[in-house]
Amino acid sequence: MVIKTEPFVVNIGPAHPSTHGVFRMRATLDGEVILDIEPVFGYLHRGIEKLAEERTYTQIIPLTDRLDYLASMSNNLAYVLAVEKLAGIAAPERAEYLRVIMAELQRIASHLIGVGAFLNDCGAFMTPILYMIREREKILDLFEMVSGQRLTYNYMRIGGVSHDIPEEFLPALDKFIKGMPGFIDEYDQLLQENEILLARSKGVGILSGEQAINISASGPVLRASGIKWDIRKVDPYSIYDRFEFEMPTGSAGDCYDRYRVRVEEMRQSVRILKQAVEKLPPGEVRSEVSHLVRPPAGEAYGHIESPRGELGFYLVSDNSIAPYRFHVRAPSLLNLTALREMVVGWKVADVLAIFGSIDICMGEVDR
Amino acid sequence: MSLFDPGLNPSAYYPGTLPPEWPGGYWIHWGVFVVIILAFVLLMAMGFIWLERREVGRFQARLGPNRVGPFGVLQPVADAIKVLTKEDIIPAKGDKLVYWLAPVVAFVPALMVFAVVPFQDGALLADLNIGILYVVAISSVSVVGVFMAGWSSNNKYSLLGAMRAVSQVVSYEIPLGLSILGVVVLTGSLSLNSIVEAQHIPFILLQPLGFLIYLAAAAAEINRTPFDLLEADSEIVAGFHTEYSGMKFALFYLVEYCEVLAVSVIVTTLFLAGWKGPLLPPLLWFLIKVFGVFAVIVWVRATVPRLRVDQVMAFAWKCLLPLALINLLITGIQVLVWPEILPWAAVFLNLAIMVVLILLWSKFFKLGGGRVEV
Amino acid sequence: MTVALSGGEIAARLEERFPGSVVESGQDSLLVKSESLRAAAGFLKTAPGLEFDYLTAITGVDYYDYFEVVYQLTSIRHNHSLVVKARCYGRGNPALPSVVSLWQGADFQEREIYDLMGIRFEGHPNLKRIVLWDGFTGYPLRKDYLQW
Repeated sequence: MVIKTEPFVVNIGPAHPSTHGVFRMRATLDGEVILDIEPVFGYLHRGIEKLAEERTYTQIIPLTDRLDYLASMSNNLAYVLAVEKLAGIAAPERAEYLRVIMAELQRIASHLIGVGAFLNDCGAFMTPILYMIREREKILDLFEMVSGQRLTYNYMRIGGVSHDIPEEFLPALDKFIKGMPGFIDEYDQLLQENEILLARSKGVGILSGEQAINISASGPVLRASGIKWDIRKVDPYSIYDRFEFEMPTGSAGDCYDRYRVRVEEMRQSVRILKQAVEKLPPGEVRSEVSHLVRPPAGEAYGHIESPRGELGFYLVSDNSIAPYRFHVRAPSLLNLTALREMVVGWKVADVLAIFGSIDICMGEVDR
Repeated sequence: MSLFDPGLNPSAYYPGTLPPEWPGGYWIHWGVFVVIILAFVLLMAMGFIWLERREVGRFQARLGPNRVGPFGVLQPVADAIKVLTKEDIIPAKGDKLVYWLAPVVAFVPALMVFAVVPFQDGALLADLNIGILYVVAISSVSVVGVFMAGWSSNNKYSLLGAMRAVSQVVSYEIPLGLSILGVVVLTGSLSLNSIVEAQHIPFILLQPLGFLIYLAAAAAEINRTPFDLLEADSEIVAGFHTEYSGMKFALFYLVEYCEVLAVSVIVTTLFLAGWKGPLLPPLLWFLIKVFGVFAVIVWVRATVPRLRVDQVMAFAWKCLLPLALINLLITGIQVLVWPEILPWAAVFLNLAIMVVLILLWSKFFKLGGGRVEV
Repeated sequence: MTVALSGGEIAARLEERFPGSVVESGQDSLLVKSESLRAAAGFLKTAPGLEFDYLTAITGVDYYDYFEVVYQLTSIRHNHSLVVKARCYGRGNPALPSVVSLWQGADFQEREIYDLMGIRFEGHPNLKRIVLWDGFTGYPLRKDYLQW
């Protein structure tokens, strides 16, 4: 005798302790197994692309901070690189090194939150994320020394960075660089071979390499599926071709690989930081660019490797003080395209683990 | 006395009653112990709440609550006052009688467990000669309360949580019972008082595998990490008690701590030789051991992530159940044939068997199912 | 370095395969006719030596006479990139063929262009509004959108 069952629809979100931001998933469940999932977002849409058409190029920089608010320095960097490409401006050497230092520190900070939130979603009761936050506080202190802010820095400018670093910055940064590898090792030791974490994340939510390329995934999601594609290596921007670092790749494309790729990237970032601090030249930090910069008419697409993936800005200029069109290529939005394939067939508990492992930030999904 | 002699136990001859000299006999004894047990449970639950929050805080590199009273000792009191002054919400389309009864049905069995626990030699409410069987039977009634709560809330998340609860608790009853049977076979009696009396060497040394299985199964019964998918905050908000607030929520909260208190007390009685100890008064040893077991349970909670529901089931049926059966078999063989002059050798043999079995199982055992084709 | 291929050479190959599909080609981009967009995109994705298997971004731009949709294509295998554009004229009901069947990453991006600019993509499986709510009228990112 077959018992008649019917699938029921559950809303996960928008206000939920585990969806990173306001994000809603309409899941059709059969018992605990997910049959279908439909992501619904737009709760954080602020119309940044339209707002940018009314502001000068320099006034857009604070707007870009609020896109991916967990990695503001990267957003600033991508935007000013796009404008510099459009207008043909070059930044001085010291400014380039400072940009690299800030971008790598930001990568570490963002990955700390990403990894911590993933473990929180797996159920580890806040202990790992609190350790991560303790380390992230040190990075936020460094950023506060430089820009006065802890979250939305507004530090990069077209043609350089806004101020030079104060004297207490470099000693504090040295102390941080010395302590960080030890912390990553300690953390890894607790979690790398943890049975329960392996059971929850190995083999769960597999995204194969061809699927990842087809859905335009980027960042750790793409690299964990085995594709060696990191904008810092294949299309070096700023002065990244002067640094030596590895590109960690996974093989299986499951949650565990994405987690490991992020942890390894943190180690590589510390390596880049060491090299950048050694070679930091003296000099100016900003080239002479007017506040009302008027790039010549044309268009440009500038992209960087942000902690979440390939962040790109497409700018169309008509030789006025404000851009004609400002478009953000948000990595989180494209990485989300894969959510449905990765999740169908797994159970409710896995949805959040998979979603946490993609590591999105709603600010840039909705813009 | 040899290792396996239950010893002399007068209350085995007068089950459930006292020596008949007391005026009023049984009812005064009952009244006194009811007051003692209620006071003990409520005070210890508050102490556990405080200990858990401080201990988890220290594990997470922060202080726990330390504002209310010295070292935050009055924090549970503050929590109680907060919870009591909240508005009592009843879901409009929920089943009101079931909704009201659910916390009561969940709480009463947790309290009834303490009737058979010996605080000192012969000091218990009722020395039933089926002591541990009574405990196992009564503690499985709580899950009915949990299911009633999930059903009557008219909320899909609560229903999901309640379903998971029932399947989990029912699955873990069996390894729980089997691991207790190892201790019972060693003692020769189900009565908790006799079990404590018989522990010249604490049974944790003689039954290490049984201890671990019991701890895992009991943690699953009371929905503690790593098996707390019932109230997994990151998945189904708060599971079956999402819709509860005010005094009813306080009762559920209390149920959780009373159950963990019950488990700590039973573990102390069965495996750690209850109130026995060299210098200090027996009651103090009892409290120290109970707090120690609880500290270990909280330690596990602060450290490990959570398992998924099918992994929890797989763990119960494929891992704990066979190990418990093997444990019982080995214990039975030892009771029959082990010579009485070498008790400590049994300890080492059992430890070695436990290590071998656990290593073997972890190599060949795969946790849980994978993706289902839809 | 990712080599940005010039529109001119690719235009030649495209013309010989699909004559009449290229409207104009410059140093940095390639403009194709909207009817032959899907065929051209399929060719670009599979042709040996080109193999643009990664769609980096799709953007819609509103130049008052026409809408232009810009496709940034990248090839992971050969590490080169290309910019392809397509135009649709008329503000009443602009439409373009969808490339979701070739690159699934176009899914959310085409929905967003439909949502904010009103360009319909034929062949898209689920063309609904994505960042604005379902009952919203108007297309905010158009240049003639007045809020009040």
